[in-house]
Formats: sequence, structure tokens, C-alpha cells
Amino acid sequence: MTAPRRRVRIKGQGLSRTELGIVLIVPSVLLIALVSVYPFIRTLWNSLHSIRLNVPAMGQPFVGFKNYVTLFGTERFLNSIMLTFLFAITFVALQLVLGLAIAQVLNMKFKLRALVRAAILIPWAMALVITAILWQWMYNAVFGVINAMFVGIGVLKSPIDFLGVSGLSAYFSVMAVELWQNTPFMAIILLAGLQGIPTELYEAAKIDGAGRWVALWRITIPQLKHAVLVALLFRSIDAIRAFDLLFVLTQGGPGTSTEVASLYSYKLLFTFLDFGRGSASAMVMAVITIALAVVYIKVISTKD
Amino acid sequence: MAAATGFRYWIRKRLNPFNLLVVFFCLAFMAFFLFPFYWQLTTAVRTSANLTRIPPQMFPNPIDLHRFIYIFQGTTFPVSIRNSLIIAVFTTAICLSFSVLSSYAIARLNVPGSKVILFIVLVISMLPGVSIIGPLYLVFKNAGIINTRLCLVIAYTAFFLPFAMWFLSSFFRTIPPDLEEAATIDGCTPLQALVKIILPLSTPAVFTILMMIFINSWNEFLFAFTFTSSDQIRTYPVGLIMFRGLWNVPWGDLCAGSVVVATPIVLLVLLAQRYIIQGLTAGAMKG
Repeated sequence: MTAPRRRVRIKGQGLSRTELGIVLIVPSVLLIALVSVYPFIRTLWNSLHSIRLNVPAMGQPFVGFKNYVTLFGTERFLNSIMLTFLFAITFVALQLVLGLAIAQVLNMKFKLRALVRAAILIPWAMALVITAILWQWMYNAVFGVINAMFVGIGVLKSPIDFLGVSGLSAYFSVMAVELWQNTPFMAIILLAGLQGIPTELYEAAKIDGAGRWVALWRITIPQLKHAVLVALLFRSIDAIRAFDLLFVLTQGGPGTSTEVASLYSYKLLFTFLDFGRGSASAMVMAVITIALAVVYIKVISTKD
Repeated sequence: MAAATGFRYWIRKRLNPFNLLVVFFCLAFMAFFLFPFYWQLTTAVRTSANLTRIPPQMFPNPIDLHRFIYIFQGTTFPVSIRNSLIIAVFTTAICLSFSVLSSYAIARLNVPGSKVILFIVLVISMLPGVSIIGPLYLVFKNAGIINTRLCLVIAYTAFFLPFAMWFLSSFFRTIPPDLEEAATIDGCTPLQALVKIILPLSTPAVFTILMMIFINSWNEFLFAFTFTSSDQIRTYPVGLIMFRGLWNVPWGDLCAGSVVVATPIVLLVLLAQRYIIQGLTAGAMKG
């Protein structure tokens, strides 16, 4: 569509193409502005004020960066940020390794491939609430099937409360659930990447006498770079924002050993009704996700 | 004899350590991904006595279906399912209409700054829920629509719009503009061109978006949990959470309830696998 065309009136509408375009895009932009942009700016504003919903008489005085300063001096907040990164990095890294292995298998030709691919998609499509309830029941300290299995094969002498006995136990228990829910996404993205690698590369390598491992390191991994980057960025953003699973599974416990930043922010907002600090905590998370999101969108938009 | 040689050859060719490893790995991850569903289903059909048996029965015996009757007749769970369905259907329909129109504008109608707009809304859509939930609650409260299905439809539509706009506009761009140009010369307005030419050519992309929006709004929890407070409005993820009593968690009912709401999603995934995979891999597949 070249420039002169813009000025051509469209028959029967009296609008130029550009004008019509604006009319079509405005409702969507307004809706997003109202539901996401305005609340976000308001959260930024709130984070610079002291807002205690349970002490309305205090008013909402402007306090500058005091909420942020207080937060960065609060051990519970620093702990939640640390956990957010720990969970995001370790879980996403494991999902990448396991996802790559599964993608390699799904990239082979075998009879039940479509069925296997469908089967691993199902955990991805589950509501996190269902996932959390399901695993909570399997982890149950008395009647849980995982306890029964571990006691059965002699790993445990007696049943334990996987999600409550210690921070370490909760960490590994959450890890299993995270792998279950999110590895499928990783595997599907990487499979798409694998399928995009020209087979001639492998044939050429075979002629040169390269084995499986050489082919993996020299062809597969370099060729997969784009898919891996997309998957890693998307999963990291999602892992940092994640709320539902831990909110239902552990509520941050035992103690604060699984209380990631989204849970802590939510508690500050809706349990402690401290909208100033809750907003500041949410803003810290937002800055991290925005930085990652900008890179992510650049990456998915460049290769056209 | 020839057949035996063929079979032996086949075995020797196939039965190497690498293939065994692959098969073993495949079975292991399939067990990992599918066992929880087996356990969910078999918990739902256990008798109350068998629910608390140590160790639990791997194969429930006898099978007891009373929980499915109970959750439909003795609880408000059917209302929650209906709410989820209404919200997901309306969100999908509205979000799809908005995104088709705005994507067409972005892809074809020389809107100034449309790339920047798309970039910004995409970044916005990746913000953590907690960074907008408080003020959004107040927006809906002041508008008098907090604790209604409407406020969730509005919120979900806005949340899923950016991805739909990005996905559809990049799909529309792959359609050669010659077709539309020819139609325009024949007197088609741009909107007619959209309906008669672009949309019919984009059915797979539209179907993918439809799936993604439906599954995402069907599963959403954080905003539903925060914005709804009555049994009449609650969606099923919130309804499931409300099943849990203070002291006693009815695991059987929870599993039965989640089987009921997971089944349609499982069927969707099995039937529309191809479209869902296209939606998931859109970013990774470019180039």
C-alpha cells in the first residue's frame, strides 16, 4: 500500500484507508488502556504513596521511594525475590533439558507419535488450580500415592508431608509439578524448531562420518538457537509472573520457603491491605518482566 | 525361513541400546505426564472407605460413581461450570471480533504507529497480574460491575487481545495483497475484502486463536478469585478452591469435579492438537 493510495476515498464510506484503520484499532487499544495500562500506571502511583486500606484515616500521603526502600530492607521481600529467581532459573533450565530430550524423541518417526504428542499437551492445557489440587492429593501426608510409592520401594520409612515438612522438600515437590505442567510447552516449541532444521545438514554430517553426539552439538543445538531463545524467554517471563500454582499448592509455605514475589505482593495487597508497599513489590516484578518482555518481543518479531 | 531371517534382521536393526534407551525414556515421561490423570480419575470413583486406605488401591474396587451425582445435585459446582462456560464463550467471541478488526488495520490499513502500538500492548500483556489487579478491582467496583460475569469478560478480553492481535496481524501479512487489490478495483470496500477474502483464507489462524483464548479464559484463576465473591458468579477454578473446607478436604469430590471440567479441555486438545501447536509455536517458527 503506497502513500498516494491513502488519500483515495473508499466508495460509500467516506473514510480513507488510514481513517478506517484507526476506527478499527481504537476499540482494542482503548480496552487495553482501560484494563491494563491505567491500572498499571495507578499501581506505579500507589507505590509512591502510603496507602493502608485498613487505616483510612491516615489518608494517602506521598512518600516518594520510601516503600521501595522499606521493601529492600525487608527480609521477607528479599527472600521472595530470591525465590522467584531461584524457581524461575532452576525450573526453566530443567524444563529446557527435559523438553529437548522429549522433543528429540517426538522428532523421530514412530507409530504412536501423534498420540504421544497429544498426551504431553494435556498437562499444558490443565488449569493450574486443577494441577495444584491433583498434586496436593498425590503428595498427601497420610493417604497420598507418592508416599505409598516411596514407602513401597523403601526410599522412605514412613509417609512425610512433602509440601510442609521442610523448605527443601517443598522446593523439590514444587519442582516436579512445575516440570509436569510446563515441560510440554518447552518440548512443543523445541520440536517445532527441530522440524525446521533442513535434513540435508544431517545427511551431510553422516557422510562426513559424524556420530549422534557430534550431530547434536554441531547441528541441532546451533540450529535450535532461535527456538531455544523464544522458549526460554517466554517460560522465564511466565515463571516470574506465576501465581496460581503456588497460591493453591503451598500458599508460600512452609513458613515463607515457597513465597515467591507474586504471592508476597498479593498478600501485601489483599491480606495486609498495604497498597503502597504491595504496589511497590508488584512494580519491582513488573520491571523485571518488562525487561524480559521487550527482549522477547524483539526476538519473535525480528526473523520475518 | 526367509521370514525368520527378515524378523531377525528387523530385531537386530531395531534392538540396539540406543533404541531401548529411547523407548524406556518415552515410557517414563509418558507415565510421568499421564499418571496424575489416572490418579485423578480413579480417586473420583473410589468409595469413601477406600479413599483413606493405606496403601491406596492402584485399581479402585469397587467403582463408586456417587460423587459425580453429588457434585451435580448437592453443590453449586454446576453453576460455576456454567459461569466459566458463559465467560469463556463471550470472551472468545468478543476478543476474536476485536482482534480480527484491529489486526486487519495493523496489517493492511496504513495506521500510523501501528507497529509501536502492537509492541506496547504485547509488553503490557506480559505484566504480572499483581501489578494491575488492585486498581483494576477499584475500576470495576466504581463502575458497579465487580462480582459480575461482565467484569471478567472485559478483563480477559483485554488480556488476551494483544497475543491475538500479534498472531492474526502476522498471519494476515502472509496473504498476498494482490487478491484484495483486485477486489478493490471491482468495487469492494476494505471491510468487504476482509470478510470475503482475508477471513476465508485465515480460517486455520482464526481457529487457533479461538482455541487459545477459550482455553486461557476457561482456566484463569487469579482475577476470577479476586473479582468474584458469590456462588452465583464464581467460575469453576474458584469453585474448586471453595470445595476445600477448613479441616476436611473432600479429595474425592475435588477429583470428581476436576475430572468433569478437565474432560472438555482434554477432548479439545486431542481434536484440535494441530491448531493449538500452531498457536504455541508461533514465535519460535518465524523465519
